[in-house]
Amino acid sequence: MESIIDLTDVHKSFVKGSEVVEVLKGIDLAIGKGEFVALMGPSGSGKTTLLNLVGGIDRATAGDVVVAGEDIGGLSSGDLAKWRAANIGFVFQFYNLLPVLNAERNVELPLLLTKLSAKERRRNAATALQVVGLADRARHKPGELSGGQQQRVAIARAIVADAPILVCDEPTGDLDRETADEILDLLDILSRDHGKTIVMVTHDPKAASHAKRVARLDKGRLTQEAA
Amino acid sequence: MSPVGFVWANLHRRPVRTYLTLCSVLIAFSLFVLLRTLAVVFVGGNDLASGSRLVVSGKYSIIDSLPISQQRAIAQVDGVDAVTHQTWFGGNYQDPRNFFPKYPVEPRAHFDMYPESVIAPEVLEAFARTRTGAVAPAELAAKFGWEAGDKIPIEADIWPMRDGNRRWEFDLVGTYTFKDEDGAQPVFLFNHDYFAEATGIRGIVGWYMVRIAEPQRAGEIAKAIDALFEHSMNPTKTATEDEYSRAFAQQVGDLGLMANSILSAVFFTILLLTAVVMHRAFRERVPELAVLKTLGFSDGRVALLVLGESLLLCLFGGLLGICSAFVLTPVVALFLEFLRLDFELHWPTVGSGLGIALALGLVVGVPPAVAARRLTIAEALRRN
Repeated sequence: MESIIDLTDVHKSFVKGSEVVEVLKGIDLAIGKGEFVALMGPSGSGKTTLLNLVGGIDRATAGDVVVAGEDIGGLSSGDLAKWRAANIGFVFQFYNLLPVLNAERNVELPLLLTKLSAKERRRNAATALQVVGLADRARHKPGELSGGQQQRVAIARAIVADAPILVCDEPTGDLDRETADEILDLLDILSRDHGKTIVMVTHDPKAASHAKRVARLDKGRLTQEAA
Repeated sequence: MSPVGFVWANLHRRPVRTYLTLCSVLIAFSLFVLLRTLAVVFVGGNDLASGSRLVVSGKYSIIDSLPISQQRAIAQVDGVDAVTHQTWFGGNYQDPRNFFPKYPVEPRAHFDMYPESVIAPEVLEAFARTRTGAVAPAELAAKFGWEAGDKIPIEADIWPMRDGNRRWEFDLVGTYTFKDEDGAQPVFLFNHDYFAEATGIRGIVGWYMVRIAEPQRAGEIAKAIDALFEHSMNPTKTATEDEYSRAFAQQVGDLGLMANSILSAVFFTILLLTAVVMHRAFRERVPELAVLKTLGFSDGRVALLVLGESLLLCLFGGLLGICSAFVLTPVVALFLEFLRLDFELHWPTVGSGLGIALALGLVVGVPPAVAARRLTIAEALRRN
């Protein structure tokens, strides 16, 4: 399978006071186009840090991070932002919707960076909301939506610009079981029917079971990969 | 949704806070435009005349009347060439907006005192002979469509007639002009004898105008005049018209200083207030700004969005303030009528108001914008 994410000997360390903390210690990971991969591991194992590197919101201390054909370690801050807009959709545990905007406008946000007209932006946002089953909640603000609905809006925002990769950080961590299953089913559909590559950090084995592959991290090292 | 719409929506995150800040900015800019206009109007209105005339008024206040008996004493002071008197009449013609000064005067002595005022001899003669006669500057007569022979009704506010009637009627006998319109005082003049007779208040005048033959002796003569009445019931304060002008200019300077001091205090307060509001708004939204960056908004674009909020707030507030100043101008103009000031907004003042609004927006917006630009996504998301 052609890989869309290639991490080679990736290291990441942080400086805390006078101490250097190495969070990732030589990660090698390849993820194929359209794959649904779960990253699991105990707290502090480096899952979110690895996800941030894949999503281009942090930089590796050493090693190569090649995502969607681009060695993103060499991109300037501005180019990295453009690259994220084109290639990555983010889904967070706490949804991170903007409370002052209604669902449609939250979804429309990434399209402000494109050359689409206002009419086209609205149409695309409406389509994305339809895909996640929330067309009838377009005018509702996040505060007027349930947790599951907010996460659906966040997913709609992640796919509206047709990014090939979805980076999900504990997307069901704040949801009850039933709602979590609905969200995971939605991610399944996006992977299976829309060809999205999904990298999902989770603590939940049930959530991880939706992935085609599970990568386990412990103390900054990839310890095990399971199909 | 446009980027401006997005900025506008962000300002509504805490509507009460935003609208209170907006009100503060509005009031500050309304004050700015009105006070600056006032200063400009005062500066523009102090171009008075010569050094060969002295003004003798009450020592403690120009509204204190003086006894007419002082006229003869002043005339006898060495160096005094001529003396006449004037009195502030006030009153309204048809509508308070139709303001123009009106003085009861001694007709012949008045025009002798003001050679720059040009009046036809037959008109002056008619003015002096007609008990209820009046003359008006030609420009004023043209403005109201008056012609010689017209009756000019004036509703008195300070000086009712002795029977209590406040409606005075004057017979316009003609008009007068000025050799040089610059610095000319367009005053509606009527006969002081009629004023004294109709009010029943005889022997009282507002102030004296004194012509001196040698302007270089003005200080000495002024002292001599004031010395005459120093221990009387009506002490005087004498100054040349030039000194009067300088004193007035000094007052204008003080007014400008006062206006600037008030505005500085107001703007400093607004600056602090708005800066605190914008800083709080920024701190509350650090994770959201990080989310925008994850979506692909560049550092610069996020900084512009943050800066845009303060610019929009200050410019919108400033614009509303300037508009409210336009609305308030006629009201302020009414209050200033008695000062004979033409209170109108000046476009340069409006322009500088907008400039200051822009500068205010930049000053309060740049620090959070810079902080937003420097924000690292991973760090900011960890704060969530």
